[in-house]
Amino acid sequence: MAAPLGTGGLTEETGQEKQDTQEKEKTLPPERAEEAKLKAKYPNLGQKPGGSDFLMKRLQKGQKYFDSGDYNMAKAKMKNKQLPSAGSDKNLVTGDHIPTPQDLPQRKSSLVTSKLAG
Amino acid sequence: LAGAGGGNDIQWCFSQVKGAVDDDVAEADIISTVEFNHSGELLATGDKGGRVVIFQQEQENKTQSHSRGEYNVYSTFQSHEPEFDYLKSLEIEEKINKIRWLPQKNAAQFLLSTNDKTIKLWKISERDKRPEGYNLKEEDGRYRDPTTVTTLRVPVFRPMDLMVEASPRRIFANAHTYHINSISINSDYETYLSADDLRINLWHLEITDRSFNIVDIKPANMEELTEVITAAEFHPNSCSTFVYSSSKGTIRLCDMRASALCDRHSKLFEEPEDPSNRSFFSEIISSISDVKFSHSGRYMMTRDYLSVKIWDLNMENRPVETYQVHEYLRSKLCSLYENDCIFDKFECCWNGLDRQVGFCSIFHFSIVMTGSYNNFFRMFDRNTKRDITLEASRENNKPRTVLKPRKVCASGKRKKDEISVDSLDFNKKILHTAWHPKENIIAVATTNNLYIFQDKMN
Repeated sequence: MAAPLGTGGLTEETGQEKQDTQEKEKTLPPERAEEAKLKAKYPNLGQKPGGSDFLMKRLQKGQKYFDSGDYNMAKAKMKNKQLPSAGSDKNLVTGDHIPTPQDLPQRKSSLVTSKLAG
Repeated sequence: LAGAGGGNDIQWCFSQVKGAVDDDVAEADIISTVEFNHSGELLATGDKGGRVVIFQQEQENKTQSHSRGEYNVYSTFQSHEPEFDYLKSLEIEEKINKIRWLPQKNAAQFLLSTNDKTIKLWKISERDKRPEGYNLKEEDGRYRDPTTVTTLRVPVFRPMDLMVEASPRRIFANAHTYHINSISINSDYETYLSADDLRINLWHLEITDRSFNIVDIKPANMEELTEVITAAEFHPNSCSTFVYSSSKGTIRLCDMRASALCDRHSKLFEEPEDPSNRSFFSEIISSISDVKFSHSGRYMMTRDYLSVKIWDLNMENRPVETYQVHEYLRSKLCSLYENDCIFDKFECCWNGLDRQVGFCSIFHFSIVMTGSYNNFFRMFDRNTKRDITLEASRENNKPRTVLKPRKVCASGKRKKDEISVDSLDFNKKILHTAWHPKENIIAVATTNNLYIFQDKMN
């Protein structure tokens, strides 16, 4: 039995809305205006929005690691030079940066009871 | 008696608030999930510190007919600990992503809780008696000198103060390479699914050392990756049916009877996009952050960044209803992208079981709820098409005082009592809300506080 079509709730196209859209064509719709703002600030922003870059970042969420092998090899290579430090944003690990013990946040023990239970 | 639409409009009143008052929020206290059990008697929360707190509703006091029972702490335990994957040098967060209750089968309660990698089945049981009168042990546990024992007695159970114990009964580990975003218990009450960004696995509640992979969208070449799984849920009645949503705004319905690996969907729900409206933000804001079946299983609800959509399972090409949660944010997308708020994952929920209202008419009201910023949350009445914005704030603290609706002024002259978009606090997000399965009681989580609201009983 075919289901009755929904009434479409608040997204029904009405004559009024079509007219509004036509009026908006003269000025940019809000989303496109925001996009223009963003591109003005960051002209090098990736050509493919919402594509691989975002998803790869999402898949690597929380990856903040210390690998003693990498660390020691990098130290040996650098010798007198200093390892590139994390800079102000310690949550971001990019490029050649190798996390050092100083970069990693101190893990706080979670043995304290939740304040919701207080 | 019922009005013409949706029963009487519900009048929400503040009931309780749990959590610290101070504004300085410790990371561990950030609430990450809220869930009522099947009877509504228990309410569980999970937090970023890996802890679970369970509240229990007081038995209704017959003399206090003006309010339903309050929720008090019943049990609290550390569900997950932070871990380090040495092989990959990866830190595994202890944050509880989801809690799902099993229906109650015996005196104990069971729930599944999961972090990014490991799902655990917890048993919560009560102990209100203890054995006393052992022959070889003193009451404090010290062993008696056997040579001093001259008579034998039979130990008996004596009442003790109620103790609620939580113990992990099953640990379902090592089945997810990526981060688990959903768990859903099947209507057969024997199996459940867990979903990460690229795969969905099917487990049996009794078996921890293996699971079946039922969906795998990982491309052979990771550079071809275009979408990830964002949420998944089993159908409430059909044990072979489940849905999963994606970062591109699509929902796929799969039938496990069709094949062992459900890579080919049975239905694909997608609203066609107007290409002229496409922008850099389109895909990001179309990403579905939550999907929930209605109790009947006829409909499902999805939440994307700006809206809530109701889909009829019989119609794939567009939703039957769309509700704008905070459309005024569309002209703020640039700054919301810069402060990462555009990636916030809001959940949504249906009201509890439909109520029968009135003598002559069986009326079912249907309301959906979701959170927003500035500690606002929104409700949409599907029958009357009315919506309301309420605020979870300690300022509305008087029990049985009806909450005042809020209004955001998008542009132009701000009326008295309205708040302008630029004044909204984007750090005060309500991502998690829950509706009692049988009564008009809702639980709303702000960053680190849990609010409970009830409808005003006449």
